[in-house]
Amino acid sequence: MKIGLTVNGERREADVWGGESLLYVLRERLGLPGSKNACEQGECGSCSVLYDGTLVCACLVLAGQAEGHEVTTVESFAHEGVLHPVQEAFARMGAVQCGFCTPGLIVATADLLARNPSPSDDEIREALSGNLCRCTGYAKIFDAVRLAAAG
Amino acid sequence: MTTERVVSVPGRRRLEIGRVGEAAERIDAVPKATGEFAYSSDLFAEGMLWGHTLRSPHAHARIVDVDVSEAVSLPGVHAVLTQDDVPGEKRYGLEFRDQPVLASGTVRYFGEPVAIVAADHPEQARRAAERIRVVYEPLEPVVDAERALEQEPLHPERPTSGHGYRDDPRSNVVRTIVIRHGDPERSGDVSVSGIYEVGMQDQAFLGPESGLAVPDGEGGIDIYVATQWLHVDRDQVVPCLGLEPEQVRIHLAGVGGAFGGREDLSMQIHGAMLALRTNRPVKMVYNRQESFVGHIHRHPARIWAEHRARHDGKLTCVRMRILLDGGAYASSSTAVTSNAASFACGPYAVENVLVESTSVYTNNPPCGAMRGFGAVQTCFASEAQMDRLAAALSIDPVELRLRNALAPGDELPTGQKIDGSLPVAEVIRRCAAIPVPEPEELPRGPLRLPGGAGNVTRGEGVTRGVGFAVGFKNIGYSEGFDDYTAARVRLFTDASGELVAEVHCAAAEVGQGVTNVLAQVARTELELENVMVAPHTTSTVDSAGSASASRMTWMASGAVRLACDAVKEELARRGGSLEAGDEIDAERIYRHPKTAPLDPETGQVTDERAHVAFACAAMRVVAEVDTELGLTRVAWIGTAQDVGKALNPQAVHGQIEGGTAQGLGLALMEEIQTSGGLITNASFTDYLIPTTLDMPPVDSVLVEEPEPEAPYGVKGVGEPPTVVSTAAIVSALRDATGRELTRVPVRPDDIVGL
Repeated sequence: MKIGLTVNGERREADVWGGESLLYVLRERLGLPGSKNACEQGECGSCSVLYDGTLVCACLVLAGQAEGHEVTTVESFAHEGVLHPVQEAFARMGAVQCGFCTPGLIVATADLLARNPSPSDDEIREALSGNLCRCTGYAKIFDAVRLAAAG
Repeated sequence: MTTERVVSVPGRRRLEIGRVGEAAERIDAVPKATGEFAYSSDLFAEGMLWGHTLRSPHAHARIVDVDVSEAVSLPGVHAVLTQDDVPGEKRYGLEFRDQPVLASGTVRYFGEPVAIVAADHPEQARRAAERIRVVYEPLEPVVDAERALEQEPLHPERPTSGHGYRDDPRSNVVRTIVIRHGDPERSGDVSVSGIYEVGMQDQAFLGPESGLAVPDGEGGIDIYVATQWLHVDRDQVVPCLGLEPEQVRIHLAGVGGAFGGREDLSMQIHGAMLALRTNRPVKMVYNRQESFVGHIHRHPARIWAEHRARHDGKLTCVRMRILLDGGAYASSSTAVTSNAASFACGPYAVENVLVESTSVYTNNPPCGAMRGFGAVQTCFASEAQMDRLAAALSIDPVELRLRNALAPGDELPTGQKIDGSLPVAEVIRRCAAIPVPEPEELPRGPLRLPGGAGNVTRGEGVTRGVGFAVGFKNIGYSEGFDDYTAARVRLFTDASGELVAEVHCAAAEVGQGVTNVLAQVARTELELENVMVAPHTTSTVDSAGSASASRMTWMASGAVRLACDAVKEELARRGGSLEAGDEIDAERIYRHPKTAPLDPETGQVTDERAHVAFACAAMRVVAEVDTELGLTRVAWIGTAQDVGKALNPQAVHGQIEGGTAQGLGLALMEEIQTSGGLITNASFTDYLIPTTLDMPPVDSVLVEEPEPEAPYGVKGVGEPPTVVSTAAIVSALRDATGRELTRVPVRPDDIVGL
């Protein structure tokens, strides 16, 4: 079936199988592999995207459901070579190791800071608790979020 | 794939890569943060097919019949292959060739590959695999490591026997090692004993097993894959495909974490078989459930320990028996068995030792390498014993450890004299000096209570405990393994006439940051800013060995430094400059000091050393438990680690924090659960790993005492935090609960005493 959706501000169409997830459509049909496929059951947050402005796991949205909706992925965060402040903070603070969780965390952190520009440590922990990282032990991710929040 | 320019990413800001010893930002941090970095599951090739693996639903069964006729006729399906289609050797293995490429006759574990499919769409491949008719005759699975020693052998041909190992006639033994040192009957003024158990932990890297196999049109194949050792992958793939080594080229794709779980092959041979058969590129990506059965795990262990000591706390004798469940295939079990034995006594001087360590074949999931590699299991047991001893002697646990701390010049139970650096007392003192935070007052927000938001009390049942542990392990491969790393440096001039160096090294970048190390060393040695790191591949440079055993930074920096020396020498010979179009190209091999096997009967060194070097860490943990609900909260961790020399301090702290988190997982929540050999929790819903709500702040102190034999004095840093943190956390839980807590992960029932 054909679906049409807005991805990173652009109108896109894709010919999909109805059982595919939005994540599969982004990664395999639209050439946007930045959202990652770590668990594909909504537990790890690696495929976090904004869906009509709300933070969701793209693996839990069916392709067909996405018809007419607006999706924002990590690929839209840097503009003309200038990193988003959250990306800059992650790179600078050593919050990236293997990096598989990073795109999801960038999206989730940007979402947190848009809602709450000065989160407390507990608020950071709670907001990012749906994003698993296996490499860092999270300490440098918290440093990065604090740095991004400080502007 | 093109050579990645290291010093600047076009269109972005300049990266400050730095030299040895500087906190250098990761070369790959920006592409990873923007989503542009290509992981193995992100690869794409024109006309590619999707591969899928049909896996055994049984832990142990005879295959009576396999019928692929229906599957192969389905739309979109291009190939369905079974063991009959394996072009060369039917078996492979990291160290012993005991594992079928595709099951033949018998399946020995839940999830063993039986057939593979290539189709246009991954869902077509998955559905075609469901239509392969396999008739199994289920057999009784061997699932208990102790009973396995008396049950029907799963590998009657005993693939691991010989090889200089102790002869052990019991059934299903992978390896037994006995370390006998001094007088193992020596008594003490006090004796404490205990039985300990460690559950099966999973590496749970986030990037699933995946890769792309691309036929070259001339019978050969290029495999782009997430792995830890490109050349050993090639050496296993080549015979199974029946090809010549130069026909198989393995290239490192982006690796989403490894932790030992990518030492063994996953999709490499399967993808290549499908690609060669269809003459199309084939991509394979495991989903999370398949990943849990698609790689080896940390060995579950049962450990019986007895420690004897004098009134003053000095250890007189340690006796330990270790039983490791190796699962269905050998993988690296033989080395894990020996490592568990080598580090069984912890970083303490003890003259009289008897350790027996045995790994067995069962029909449980295969086990192999995971961060800490045998030392995790024994550290948990031995540190619990040290706490028991401290209590029995009424000596402060930190003081007891200081009184027994190993030091250079001392002998290990293997008879190896420590001739390098091993600052055990220093890490203990430095760790103990880190201020412990004051208890937090009640009432407080639910996130700060044991169990977090799941705790509906006001904290009435909360108690606090403080724990301490020390751990150590080897750096590098041991027991006579001829280990080396090659590096190649090309020096040439760019368009503007400036000198540029390009570093080739097959060292796997698995997230640990070795790519930075390659660049930092070259920049330091060549005194040059323009350094590029070429793609990691088997096709331009000899083996780097494995990104394992905390060895890669040491070995790769040694190799790059040698290659840089050769380049500098040649440059000097040419008068110190290069003409446009000229280049210098030097490849050099670095070897660490030689090791030798342990005596198979006594476990004693047969030459100067069985292990190259050692690294230790001490850790203090503050934990709280809700003694009524069985919930836990690790509130704070302080640690001091022996790192030799930190080449990149930011990365070293990152390894310590991440390694600590994996130990916390084993202490509190992580266990592959099986029933009759079948994994029952193969998902992130059921297999829990630490989240932001589980990890406390980690205060880490780097103890820099250079390793004399190592380049720059460096030591690997990835494993010691994982070795020590499980033991330290459970020590704190014991202090908080007063319970013995002899098994990890510690369950709520254990805390409450059900």
